[in-house]
Amino acid sequence: MLGKLSWAAIPLDQPIPLLAGCLAFGIVGGIAVYVVLKGWAPYLWREWITSVDHKHIGVMYVFLAMVMLLRGFTDAIMMRSQQALAFQAPGYLPPEHYDQIFSAHGTLMILFVAMPFMIGLINIVVPLQLGVRDVAFPTLNSVSFWLTATGALLINLSLVIGEFAHTGWLPYPPLSEFAYSPGVGVDYYLWSLQISGVGTLLTGVNFVTTILKIRAPGMTYMRMPIFCWTALGSSLLIVAAFPILTATLAMLLLDRYFGFHFFTNEAGGNPMMFMNLIWAWGHPEVYILILPAFGVFSEVVSTFSGKPLFGYRSMVAATMAICILAFMVWLHHFFTMGAGADVNAFFGVATMIIAVPTGVKVFNWLFTMYGGRITYPPPMMWAIGFIVTFVIGGMTGVLLAVPPADFVLHNSLFLVAHFHNVVIGGVLFGAFAGYTFWFPKAFGFRLREDLGIAAFWCWFVGFYLAFMPLYVLGFMGMTRRMQHYDVPAWHPWLLVAAAGVVVILAGIGLQIAQLVVSVRHREQLRDTTGDPWNGRSLEWSTSSPPPAFNFAALPRIEEDDAYWQTKQRALRQHVLADEPAYTDIELPRNSATGFVSAFFASFLGFALIWHIWWLAALSFLGAFVTFVAFAWRDRTEYRVSAEEVARIDRENRRARRAALAHLGAAE
Amino acid sequence: MSDTETGLHLHDSDLAPGDERADGREIAEGIRGYLVGLGLATLITVVAFIVSGTSLVWQPSIPIALVVLAIAQMGIHLVFFLHITTGAESLNNMLALMFGLLIVVLLIVGSLWIMTHLNHNMMPIERIIQMQH
Repeated sequence: MLGKLSWAAIPLDQPIPLLAGCLAFGIVGGIAVYVVLKGWAPYLWREWITSVDHKHIGVMYVFLAMVMLLRGFTDAIMMRSQQALAFQAPGYLPPEHYDQIFSAHGTLMILFVAMPFMIGLINIVVPLQLGVRDVAFPTLNSVSFWLTATGALLINLSLVIGEFAHTGWLPYPPLSEFAYSPGVGVDYYLWSLQISGVGTLLTGVNFVTTILKIRAPGMTYMRMPIFCWTALGSSLLIVAAFPILTATLAMLLLDRYFGFHFFTNEAGGNPMMFMNLIWAWGHPEVYILILPAFGVFSEVVSTFSGKPLFGYRSMVAATMAICILAFMVWLHHFFTMGAGADVNAFFGVATMIIAVPTGVKVFNWLFTMYGGRITYPPPMMWAIGFIVTFVIGGMTGVLLAVPPADFVLHNSLFLVAHFHNVVIGGVLFGAFAGYTFWFPKAFGFRLREDLGIAAFWCWFVGFYLAFMPLYVLGFMGMTRRMQHYDVPAWHPWLLVAAAGVVVILAGIGLQIAQLVVSVRHREQLRDTTGDPWNGRSLEWSTSSPPPAFNFAALPRIEEDDAYWQTKQRALRQHVLADEPAYTDIELPRNSATGFVSAFFASFLGFALIWHIWWLAALSFLGAFVTFVAFAWRDRTEYRVSAEEVARIDRENRRARRAALAHLGAAE
Repeated sequence: MSDTETGLHLHDSDLAPGDERADGREIAEGIRGYLVGLGLATLITVVAFIVSGTSLVWQPSIPIALVVLAIAQMGIHLVFFLHITTGAESLNNMLALMFGLLIVVLLIVGSLWIMTHLNHNMMPIERIIQMQH
């Protein structure tokens, strides 16, 4: 009846995951009860859960990423403290628990923090920058988000019901095969990635279509802001790479569930094929993450230097070159597997070549700043911190691209330090830069700058404290994923790394404080005009937060840096552009399709993990019926009347006129 | 999701294939296109089955003939069903196809190359000794 599920699945003998899980579910449940008691549930259902508005979906993505960041960071604290304590001692985490922690940390941070954070920013910003009202497929967008949330839910469920994978964030066979991992840990990993992978793939399709097909009149490719270009690059990579992941994981699932022999050691299987295929996805994946971050930094650096981006065309070319080259370097993740000198040399050189377009970008940012009037609010601080940190990470990467050096450093803490150097220093700093930069646009008030800068410094210093010792430890021969050790020389460095984590913790605390304090003082921090940073692209030309229809009239674009030029004209002539002729606007109606199908997908995933076949069939049927019901609905949109549009737009025009008059008086 | 639903602007030059507004004559032409495609696709499928079982052609050429027929089949699907043409209006589709092909080729050729080298280097020592004799 319940497949493999029994009371034994609750890890009563392991207090840490059980208590942590109960605490987490207690908090979530408490919030849910509080929301219902306060009578906010209908608002939440109407404005967020069933919303197909790209801005609301984007905010939910970023929120999911931040909650998962807390979970992933908790894992990081446990690993660092374990290694600080486990010198000639067992530490406090038993090996089988420690293995689950590093697996969960990697999986969560890449797939449920970095990915949703970037996709969230893309969702909020890209349609606004293109000057349009929504993405190409709004309901599909909601489905994507909720499927990602399902994946995150399943992984967190493994805390209290069953276990998570012991295999590392990529489940290498033969360890991940049924013979060596008979538990449900690997199945939790596989099904949550398969389900959220569908969501990610749909997002990729949605944004490729949106950017290629739906742009404001006159928004030619070469007039698109660079963030749109990097979002396009990232979406193209998603569309090309995620099917590889789905196929690879599907083969492992066949091995585990039906006794196939794709990746087993016996009966003609080949585990090396898994490494080959998973990295053919895995390497493009890191560019899926970093490209939008590059886009964020381009927007931030140009805005806070008061200059157009230096080398726009070379930036576009570099982005597209990375899209192709990202598929030509994957073997550098397994140089040591034994493909031999010819193959290793090719992929080593290809890896060094991909550093070239990235280098082009770094010089473009530096030249954008050169001669500009630079101001230093938090987004710009993150951007400068990124340039310094990322260059170090990039250089250790090129070092690792040399096959002989890689043979020495493979699987050492040097590697761990390198990829944290580029993922934290690149992707996460980019996410935080985008978060502080676009927060006023999404919510209508700014975040406190003093706390933001303090948070930046804690993250920046904490990062160096936590990861520079890991480079040293790598050279001293310490391998990754060690539960305990007895080399005296390593111990001081691991204590320093643990201290770094404490500093990062302070940074996260300051970020939470920044959010809380800013919400409480939102009236003083109100962004009335919709252009708090003196921005350059179209998202700043509408109010903050933007109305559901984004633009009262679709903007016509005649030049690069569309909004900047319009603004300069207004400043010269001391009048706003003429009021447009307002018309009725049709918008997509809310839809519960995403939430309901993800609800069924959660049960489907859970049932498949625990071999509860009747529940799997039932929930699959439920998801299918949801889809059919959606396909058959005949009222898909609602109408905002011209008067309503005029009323909303005139309010924003009034604020802008006041700001303009204020500027005129200041002259 | 039509373009009116979200009030979005579609560029006239990049409508999706098959999405054009059509009058009666164009619909008839469209149906004829599909019928021609169906005929050709069926023909090639039948030929493939015949070739694989026949003794009329030189035997070693059969696999090559099948590969050629398979590629022709893909071409017919692309032209008649997916409406990939060389015209300027389908530049996006052409680029997408090229990108897709490039990735598939990189992945397959790369994997074959890597796996052959791995297999060669991982060969059991007895096999290597055997091969030297």
